[in-house]
Amino acid sequence: MGKMIGESIKRVEDHRFITGTGEYTDDIVLPRMTHAYILRSHLAHAKIKSVDTTAAKSADGVVAVFTGEDVAHINGIPTGWQVNFTDGEVMREPKHPLLVKDKALHVGDGVAIVIAESKEQARDAADLIEVDYEELSVVVDASKALEAGAPMVHDELPDNRAFDWQLGDKVAADTGMAKAHHVTKMRIRNQRMIANAIEPRSYIGDYSKARDKYTLYTSSQNPHVIRLLMCAFVLGIPEHKTRVVSKDVGGGFGSKIFHYAEEALVTWASQQIARPVKWTAERSEAFVTDAHGRDHNTIAEMGFDKDGNITALRVHTDANLGAYLSTFAPAIPTYLYGTLLQGQYVTPAIHVTVNGVFTHTTPVDAYRGAGRPEATYLLERLIDTAAAEMGMDPAELRMKNFIPAFDGVEQPGYQTQVALQYDSGDYEATMRKALDVLGYNDLRKEQEEARKQGRYIGIGFSSYIEACGIAPSAVVGSLGARAGLYESANVRVQPTGKVSVHTGSHSHGQGHDTTFAQVAADHLGIALEDIEIIHGDTEQVPFGMGTYGSRSLAVGGSAIVKALDKVKEKGAKVAAHLLEASEQDLEYIDGKWTVKGTDKSIGFGEVALASYVPHNFPEGLEPGIEFNSFYDPANFTYPFGTYIAVVEVDAETGTTEIKRFVAVDDVGNVVNPMIVDGQVHGGLAQGIGQALLEGAVYDESGQLTTGTYLDYAMPRADDLPSFEVDRNVTPCPHNPLGVKGCGEAGAIGSTPAIVNAVVDALRPLGIKDLEMPLTPQKVWAAIHNANA
Amino acid sequence: MVPVAFEYHRAGSVAEALSLMAQHGEDAKILAGGHSMVPAMKLRLSTPTTVIDLGGVSDLKHITDKGDHIAIGAMATHWMVESSDVISAKAPALRDAAASIGDVQVRNRGTIGGAMAHSDPAADYPGPILALDASMVIQGPSGQRVVSATDYFVALWETAVQPDELLVEIRVPTTPMNANSCYEKFAQPASRYPYVGCAVAVDKSGGTCSDVRVGFSGVGHVGFRDSNVEGALKGQALSAASIKAAADTATNGVDVLSDWSVSEDYRRAMSRVYARRALTKVGL
Ligand SMILES: Cc1cc2nc3c(=O)[nH]c(=O)nc-3n(C[C@H](O)[C@H](O)[C@H](O)COP(=O)(O)OP(=O)(O)OC[C@H]3O[C@@H](n4cnc5c(N)ncnc54)[C@H](O)[C@@H]3O)c2cc1C
Repeated sequence: MGKMIGESIKRVEDHRFITGTGEYTDDIVLPRMTHAYILRSHLAHAKIKSVDTTAAKSADGVVAVFTGEDVAHINGIPTGWQVNFTDGEVMREPKHPLLVKDKALHVGDGVAIVIAESKEQARDAADLIEVDYEELSVVVDASKALEAGAPMVHDELPDNRAFDWQLGDKVAADTGMAKAHHVTKMRIRNQRMIANAIEPRSYIGDYSKARDKYTLYTSSQNPHVIRLLMCAFVLGIPEHKTRVVSKDVGGGFGSKIFHYAEEALVTWASQQIARPVKWTAERSEAFVTDAHGRDHNTIAEMGFDKDGNITALRVHTDANLGAYLSTFAPAIPTYLYGTLLQGQYVTPAIHVTVNGVFTHTTPVDAYRGAGRPEATYLLERLIDTAAAEMGMDPAELRMKNFIPAFDGVEQPGYQTQVALQYDSGDYEATMRKALDVLGYNDLRKEQEEARKQGRYIGIGFSSYIEACGIAPSAVVGSLGARAGLYESANVRVQPTGKVSVHTGSHSHGQGHDTTFAQVAADHLGIALEDIEIIHGDTEQVPFGMGTYGSRSLAVGGSAIVKALDKVKEKGAKVAAHLLEASEQDLEYIDGKWTVKGTDKSIGFGEVALASYVPHNFPEGLEPGIEFNSFYDPANFTYPFGTYIAVVEVDAETGTTEIKRFVAVDDVGNVVNPMIVDGQVHGGLAQGIGQALLEGAVYDESGQLTTGTYLDYAMPRADDLPSFEVDRNVTPCPHNPLGVKGCGEAGAIGSTPAIVNAVVDALRPLGIKDLEMPLTPQKVWAAIHNANA
Repeated sequence: MVPVAFEYHRAGSVAEALSLMAQHGEDAKILAGGHSMVPAMKLRLSTPTTVIDLGGVSDLKHITDKGDHIAIGAMATHWMVESSDVISAKAPALRDAAASIGDVQVRNRGTIGGAMAHSDPAADYPGPILALDASMVIQGPSGQRVVSATDYFVALWETAVQPDELLVEIRVPTTPMNANSCYEKFAQPASRYPYVGCAVAVDKSGGTCSDVRVGFSGVGHVGFRDSNVEGALKGQALSAASIKAAADTATNGVDVLSDWSVSEDYRRAMSRVYARRALTKVGL
């Protein structure tokens, strides 16, 4: 024992997933449960002149029908982050109603909920509802929404802005740019993405009249936050009489962080009819109602001196927020984006401005990486383009500008120009390792040879950094967060020495059942099988903040370690008493307290039993062993790495084949290498999906053209190469495990590597830029135009 | 994803299916593998009040070598077509097409008859059916009739099968030319239906192209034979140059489909690339 950390233990949760015995919300069947169907607007912007539910209400099996009118008295869905205008005006937060009454603002906006004895009856009755719409004009693009005379999303907001925002030093950035020898300027579109978790959102509201208590079963990434938002801000129901349960969840990728209207709706409706109400999204509903990601229109410029040193960076972004402000929407294109524009580079001056803009589209919020991929994409496209323009090698230009290595212990953290202080990093080391794994010099030669034969091979780099382990509560509070971002843990030692670990973070694919058990097993020196990880139930777990932003192990794992320390501290007292020794003379090894230099020892299980059967117990010590801990991190953590993609473009068809993908990450210490590899692989697939395949397309009338899998291209195994994944370790200096987080790295770093590689392949044709996704047709057209 | 309520009948034979169809008329629909129809019903794009399931009709599930042709029952699944030795040896273009459809689950349920009756302009089979000069056996109240591939595909979503008829069998001639056939597909990245699918069968006895058939899937409103390419290549010595010249005439004069993700220009250009690739594969 004591050697679990660092082992690729097989995931203990996989058995239930693979054998179809997971417990997802839609699997739950409650007595007297009803089924809901939500009628949604098929128009992107429309006045609702009337809603006639008469026929639906008297249809077979219908229990109730509610419209926007019926829920008009209920508060809207709140936003968890406030970003005020630069001139001090407070952020504009138009009401996001549970169902719309007067106007629908995007395709998929809820108009009515039908509740019936069966799903089929609810669906049939919805067809009987008559809605009289008056179609209004639509704007779907953020920059167009800012133009004078653009259609207005909210009547009271003529310029469609929720806020504007800036960060950095404008004067310094202007000066740095003015004295630059070379400036690379690009217009960059980071397209809108749809998360497409395999499990659609699913909720059951269950009001108990007997106990005057509410239970919400939800496919959420953070049950406590949902409970808080729903109870205190939306429904005004007592938090202590509301239980939120989020058992197995089939993927989130950000889209299940947020509090959604349907959660509050089924909870409220259940109280109205005094029966449980279940709603599960259909896939086509998920496409238009799960919060989307990204959608930035950006102009960015990077200045260089004549030796290739970066002198300044200026960025302006119009960020599409959709029709309403989702839970974390304001934070994503600001504090999770602008603050990452330092990248791995010693850029001396940075200035960024952002408009947060309403449009007639589905709300946009965090999506794997959330703001950090957008920042990384523009930095890495700029530096790659600059290298080509200045005739320099893209790897060398990066290394020339890297921040020198610092461990955060001997050397201080690195203070960026954009508010953050990096904890520790050695950027050149991951780059060098990636170059080695790739065999860079040989590959450039191969590329030369291939070009002579008319083949288009390209090599693309991406050196990313991200901020994980969110976050120090006081820091985020000063930046507008309306919540703290600590994490909770409870360790309950059972009389038999088995241990229940409750965590406020939430697993929806990350493997917490395994990783967290490894941490606990190591710290207690007991077997993995003797530990159970419990999450996702507000009645069992102390108030926690959930899982997103690659925070679970860095923040949630640290909370567990703190609670385990308290367990060991108390255990030592009990052991000392039983061994008739002093605490100072004990050492705890392999699950046993031993009197140093003797063979006198007592095991963890015996101490546990003695604590619950305290016949012979230290005087004044309470029985039992159970401890809570709330861990508030001292800083963000900053994983980083270098990715290199090698692609070949078929010039005849425009198809891109990824020949190799080398990913060297530094995510700090690693608890389970296999799980980290898995997280990296999944992230790479998602980031490559954005580069080559995915993208939400709206037409001018606000219809989502890519609203099914016939049109929205998800990455599949055969779109991807066998990844070459490697790692360096620069431990995080400020958390007990030295871990940084690995959930988003792949999705953040891979996208620009692919685009850089394709552009590198096509550079001989004079192609300098391509807009994502790089579909065959787009690449073919670029080649065609270049040849013409 | 809930369809409108419907009545369900499971037919035990072709005759029973036909009589159920006669009884229920226009509101009835035949169910084969359900892999086009059930999604449409769940989206309420198709709302039959009666569904007649052919799943229990055992004599439609054969793949038999009849000497001069292979007889394929309408209810043979894509998987059966893909894994049939006789099809693989004597009509490889059909095997290639079947193997390229959806994923294993889809291929285990979806049937060649269902796909051919559905006649989705984006489907894979029409190209190979045309290039292999197959014929379709259609059965109705007044008996069976046999329709050639060129007469079978009528218009968008429309085939020679009338509302009171069933497609019961597909017959693929077992000629040496058909044994020298293939299907090359450029899949749409999202749906994996073909942007362009090109099937060719080439008779190359003596180094010249004595006969060639070229069938396209996914390019026009219905599958079609490309007479430009066929005319340009027939009688020519087979070489990279003659193949390219012939392939470059593909889709001339043909209405080519386009949508938000694929322009007419691109699809036309890809038709030529894929015609060349297919012809190169079995022509050289
Ligand atoms: C995920 C997915 C991916 C797919 N990918 C592809 C692809 O890449 N390429 C491709 O070509 N197809 C693809 N398909 C469609 C698939 O090939 C279907 O199986 C096929 O189109 C229909 O066959 P079926 O047996 O499922 O027919 P059904 O769906 O049962 O029926 C289709 C239609 O034909 C009628 N019909 C069925 N049998 C007969 C008959 N014997 N006589 C008269 N009418 C009949 C039915 O009434 C119905 O109108 C895909 C389907 C899915 C679900």
